[in-house]
Amino acid sequence: MTDNQLLPYLPVLLQLLVAAGIGAGMVALSAIIGHRKYSRVKMQAYECGMTPTGDAQHRFSVKFYLVAMLFILFDVEAIFLIPWAVVYKDLLRKFGWFGFWEMIIYIGIVLVGLIYIWKKGVIDWNVDDAKESASGSD
Amino acid sequence: MVPVSYYLVLSAVLFTLGVAAFLFKRNIITIFMSIELMLNAVNLSFVAFANMHKDVSGHVFVFFVMVVAAAEAAVGLAIIIAIYRTRETLNVDRVNLLKL
Amino acid sequence: MNPTTNEIQSIAILPELILSVAGIVVMLADPFLGAKSNRRPLGYLALAGTVAALFATAMQRSSPGASYFRVIQVDDFSVFFHFVIIAITAVVTLSSLDYLEQQRIRAGEYYALLLFGTVGMCLMTSARELLMLFIALEISSIATYVLAGFRLRSAASAESSLKYFLLGSFATAFFLYGVALIYGATGTTNIPAIAAKLAEGSTTGLTVMALALMIVGMAFKISAAPFHVWTPDVYEGAPIPVVALMSTGPKAAAFALMLRVLFGAFGSLNEWWMPLIWVAAVLSMTLGNIGALMQNNVKRMLAYSSIAHAGYVLVAFAAQKEAGVSAAIFYTATYAAMNVGAFAVASYQAGEGERYVSIDDFAGLGRRSPVLATTLTIFMLSLIGIPLTGGFFAKFYVFKAALASDMIWLTVIGVANSAIAAYYYLRLIVVMYMKEGDESTPLLPVPVSVATGLLVAAGLTLYLGILPESTLDFAIKGARQLLLIH
Repeated sequence: MTDNQLLPYLPVLLQLLVAAGIGAGMVALSAIIGHRKYSRVKMQAYECGMTPTGDAQHRFSVKFYLVAMLFILFDVEAIFLIPWAVVYKDLLRKFGWFGFWEMIIYIGIVLVGLIYIWKKGVIDWNVDDAKESASGSD
Repeated sequence: MVPVSYYLVLSAVLFTLGVAAFLFKRNIITIFMSIELMLNAVNLSFVAFANMHKDVSGHVFVFFVMVVAAAEAAVGLAIIIAIYRTRETLNVDRVNLLKL
Repeated sequence: MNPTTNEIQSIAILPELILSVAGIVVMLADPFLGAKSNRRPLGYLALAGTVAALFATAMQRSSPGASYFRVIQVDDFSVFFHFVIIAITAVVTLSSLDYLEQQRIRAGEYYALLLFGTVGMCLMTSARELLMLFIALEISSIATYVLAGFRLRSAASAESSLKYFLLGSFATAFFLYGVALIYGATGTTNIPAIAAKLAEGSTTGLTVMALALMIVGMAFKISAAPFHVWTPDVYEGAPIPVVALMSTGPKAAAFALMLRVLFGAFGSLNEWWMPLIWVAAVLSMTLGNIGALMQNNVKRMLAYSSIAHAGYVLVAFAAQKEAGVSAAIFYTATYAAMNVGAFAVASYQAGEGERYVSIDDFAGLGRRSPVLATTLTIFMLSLIGIPLTGGFFAKFYVFKAALASDMIWLTVIGVANSAIAAYYYLRLIVVMYMKEGDESTPLLPVPVSVATGLLVAAGLTLYLGILPESTLDFAIKGARQLLLIH
């Protein structure tokens, strides 16, 4: 194992070093040569120029989390479509419509999942929380 | 080209880190992430071997592992929410109703 | 995988298809029912699905062979395990109907998850491709993780679900790493192809590593010592019918998986894995039985007992050959019948909120409910291994196989353990009949669904104890095909 094997990756290493150097350099320079004047307005959390309202660490509704989770699931399920689409012509030649219908069944099952969460009211955000928790505790 | 063994060593190191984190971390989310790390370490092995054998079944395996990991993540996070609702903590040392 | 073989016979996965469709229908029907309406019809639908799947399995016997691009293998081995697993689900569904109403859990998804989990377990027994095995393992595991947390108001249930989930995924990762390494060593994930490669080539460090990692993963799944510590905790917190399922269904499937992997893929490396299995068998039997002696909670006691029984099955694994494999298959079926039955009794006796689960709560059950007490006695006697019950022949065949393979020490340890085990099973019987019950514990009229489930389980336990030949023949055929095909 000589260094030659890693030679093609040298630019990547150089870029990493340069990027890290610029980042570290900027922070260090501003710490060394910058002036500091603290005032109440300056110490506020920055929220796009708006006056901050409330604590930044308040709790989010569990609905955000549910949507994020469902997004991951449906997103990752699309993974199988890509290799299928790539070899679709071969599939059609070799097995006829078998490959097509298999994928339709797969998408159908994913669709069933969507209908299920829909009917469960997961993506319906207009239901107020009190009602939601009353029916959810059953 | 980087030899296959480099990938395998990296994969083994990542897997071991995952195991160590699983055993020593106390936060449930961190423990859960360490399992994901282990699965991804395995994925790296699969891809390296697939490249070595010039065979696609390793890649196919990775696809399935990724999807299964996503399903596990969804179920796992749901369970963690259930734990938080009943116990108000995510420290495994305090999730101790059932003694070993 | 050979891409030119186009052998797609739907019969090869017909039971799984039926179960999946039934599961999807149940799942979709649930949100369409009103929030306050009864979920019992969904349970009946699930039950109909399992019965249809049993018939489909019976049909499979006439069309054996590899199918679906050599991913699915239908033979007597897979058919036998299909019967066992689907029957377990049917009995669990029967005992869940009243349990869910008692605990006021109103969710049709419970039945859908039961069915989906069963699909995974069934596929585990018929897969001949490691990829398929892995997916099937995950289908069954993920469904059971959720089921374990189904007592929504109970912190213990959520905790049980969490522990099961974390340790289960941990074990899966080990199994998967083993699969990756064996893929690297042989260049294939097809079990017969791996066996062929391993038989011709020399054993390398990579294959031994792969074998060890896969054994760790599988030992977790069958809760064999030293990877058993999660079992009592998880079983204590989970809903009892789910424990009935967890301690039999996924376990039977995991044993099938282990048989396929050890004898199918790694058959030529048997001198490597045999000592590991030997140690695991001794540890599981001893630690399981000693642990069970000290329990006051029936669920925990049965959890330790399930660890011990995993040890007895591993004795059969260590014995190897046709006799050992068939004894392991037979033991799995018998254990499923008696254990599902015992948990079915416990789940009905537990009452609302699972309040009555300690051994003292069973006091006076002989007077309060003779039906429950009688059936539970049958299951306990069978778990001990008393003649005329299935447990006797199961243990008999296991130890016979072990002796035939000259494993004297293992047999001695096994028999000694069976004697220790008799103490805690008998204690429950004694409490039921000899001790006076608490006045306040309610009388238990047994509903039809629970009675049917108990009748099936008790009938099968006695049947296997009186007429074991035909089942054993079936198991021997399955073992022969398993050893032959690879």
